[in-house]
Amino acid sequence: MTELLDALPDLRERLAGRRELLLANAVMFSEIPSHTFEEAERARFMMDRLIEAGCQNVSTDELGNAVGIHPGKTGKRNILVSAHLDTPFAKSVDHAVQVNPDSIVGPSIMDNSLGLAAVVTLPTLLEQLGIELNDNLVLLGSTRSMGKGDIEGMRFFLENNQLPMRAGVLCEGATLGRLSYSSLGVIRGTIDCQVKRGATGLAAGGAIPVLNRLMTKMLEIPLPQDPVTQLIMGSIYGGTTYNTTARDAHLLFEIRSEGAGVASEIFEQIEAVVAETSSMTGAMADLKKVGNRKNNSISFNHPLVRGARRILKALEVEDHAAPSTGELSTLLGRDIPSLVIGLTNGEHRHDYNETIEIEPIFAGLAQLITLLQAIDGGYCDVDEA
Amino acid sequence: MSTKLEKWIKSNTFHHSQFFDQMELLKQKEKTGLTISLCIPTLNEEATIGKEIVIFRSELMERYPLVDEIAVIDSGSTDKTLEVASSFGADTYFAGDILPEQGHKRGKGENLWKAIHQLKGDIICYVDADIKNIHPRFCYGLVAPLLYRPEVHYVKAFYDRPLAFSQGIRPSGGGRVTEILVRPLFSLFYPELTGLVQPLSGEYAVRREVLERIPFPIGYGVETSHIMDVYKQWGLEAFGQTDLDKRVHRNQETLSLGKMSFGILQSFLGRMKGMGMEGDLPEMHNILRQFQAVDQRYEQKLFEIVEEERPPMIDIPQYREKMGY
Repeated sequence: MTELLDALPDLRERLAGRRELLLANAVMFSEIPSHTFEEAERARFMMDRLIEAGCQNVSTDELGNAVGIHPGKTGKRNILVSAHLDTPFAKSVDHAVQVNPDSIVGPSIMDNSLGLAAVVTLPTLLEQLGIELNDNLVLLGSTRSMGKGDIEGMRFFLENNQLPMRAGVLCEGATLGRLSYSSLGVIRGTIDCQVKRGATGLAAGGAIPVLNRLMTKMLEIPLPQDPVTQLIMGSIYGGTTYNTTARDAHLLFEIRSEGAGVASEIFEQIEAVVAETSSMTGAMADLKKVGNRKNNSISFNHPLVRGARRILKALEVEDHAAPSTGELSTLLGRDIPSLVIGLTNGEHRHDYNETIEIEPIFAGLAQLITLLQAIDGGYCDVDEA
Repeated sequence: MSTKLEKWIKSNTFHHSQFFDQMELLKQKEKTGLTISLCIPTLNEEATIGKEIVIFRSELMERYPLVDEIAVIDSGSTDKTLEVASSFGADTYFAGDILPEQGHKRGKGENLWKAIHQLKGDIICYVDADIKNIHPRFCYGLVAPLLYRPEVHYVKAFYDRPLAFSQGIRPSGGGRVTEILVRPLFSLFYPELTGLVQPLSGEYAVRREVLERIPFPIGYGVETSHIMDVYKQWGLEAFGQTDLDKRVHRNQETLSLGKMSFGILQSFLGRMKGMGMEGDLPEMHNILRQFQAVDQRYEQKLFEIVEEERPPMIDIPQYREKMGY
């Protein structure tokens, strides 16, 4: 592994010399609208790029995941390298990206066009750098990662894919230094409140006061500090205008916890709050679970995590653990040692002016390639470390 | 519609998707031995120029080396246009530094004209810098017909195909100035040129031997006069046009379009005179009068718009010397 670490500064330099290849892919991904459940055009672009790069078995599955294989020398084992295709931005949003000397700005450039660009540019970069791996790289653009998508794309891929994975690396645009090797237990829910014409009591004021009471009650539910648990009120909407009592109101929320089963316990308490409020106000409140991810993790001392930390240290990048709420849970749940890594620094995530810094990207890419070399070389296997 | 025009539209109108296979295109380029320069004329385009350069360099130079050089020719930007373009590897030039003996005039046509002297390619592809949805097709879609069809010399871009609706043709087909000025003029005097969907589009690829033999108005009239000059010397068959689908750019205000129309009319009528097609046209004025309401009165605003013109590059001694003519 020392050889790989020693080569990092040179690798970073050489990657900087191939800047336009990566940036152009990031920009082109970013300008293709890809709202969750509407990822087909991005998947098509990803497949075009993988075919151009000489990947094998390039295809999509029933859920629209785009996948291709960069064959290794022996091809006996497989490493999954993935980024999600979907974004929170509707098609109607202006997806134009601005490229400045030091940064790129535009919807989804950070989450996760840069990650996708890294995945599709990998085969070309490895070829140009003369790096040959023994393992196959399974390059995946996964669908339905966000919101109501509930990581269905990755779940479906892993359920139906025939190739056993030695390890998984999930690429996110930001933040460089991030290492996610544990996933939080996450439950996402929606509450739809409706009131009928002629309702009495609190419901006479419409659906919004009812939802307001519900939220107040939810916020009174005690959350444990250890394991760290959060209840996130993500979005509320309802009604139509100023002077008409709202007939409907909606809440999107998420419970996340480091503790096994804690999110489920909180959800059960919310069920009780919804039932009680519904019965007391005469409004109809409907609670739905739209996502459920279990806590999973590999240890801080797992050779994959240790290797990733050593790579970051050699790049003089400070590492920080950040539990994931995304696809990592599914991979770890299937005993595939996996990590989420960040490729650069950025800000304004999920705003129209999402921004990434260009310069740190080359350290991010060097990190990715060296990590893959380390996995390929057996430095991240439990029995060989 | 004349049979000739119908035939031309059928044979010389392309869609960029026909040239999607850039590997094939590259092979064709190698077969012809032609070199290609991509020229982006600029004036204060820092918001969009970086993306254009990144995408063109990656897709047209590194991935498939279809283009031999990418150059930005600037009229004197006061923002960071040149700094941004250069940081992503474009060759950048101030138009005033090219052929200094010929002086410097401010206008897009000046940049296009000076590019002929500065750039090396047998084909020059001009692409505007203000395209928000930039894509490599804006270059390869225009260059490809020149690589496959030796008789084609000048390929124009068009976007947003004119679609037939129940009440006629969607007017946005060619842009406002095209539809209310240029197309009526062509319909009156050059009916064959009405087959060009967007004669004023800022994207076109042209063979050097054509570019060096036509004069260049430096202002708004450059595209219109090119079309008339190429038509006169090489005929309708020299033109091709490629559908590039959608182009997103800044929309101009109506008053700006008035200025553009004024410049185009000057060039158009000047050409008619040169071709002996006018009767007794009086001397043309170069003051455009527009009106604006100020409080309760209307105020006249005067703009001097002079369509100065550069001669064919081949008549410039420094160019002849450089090219060994």
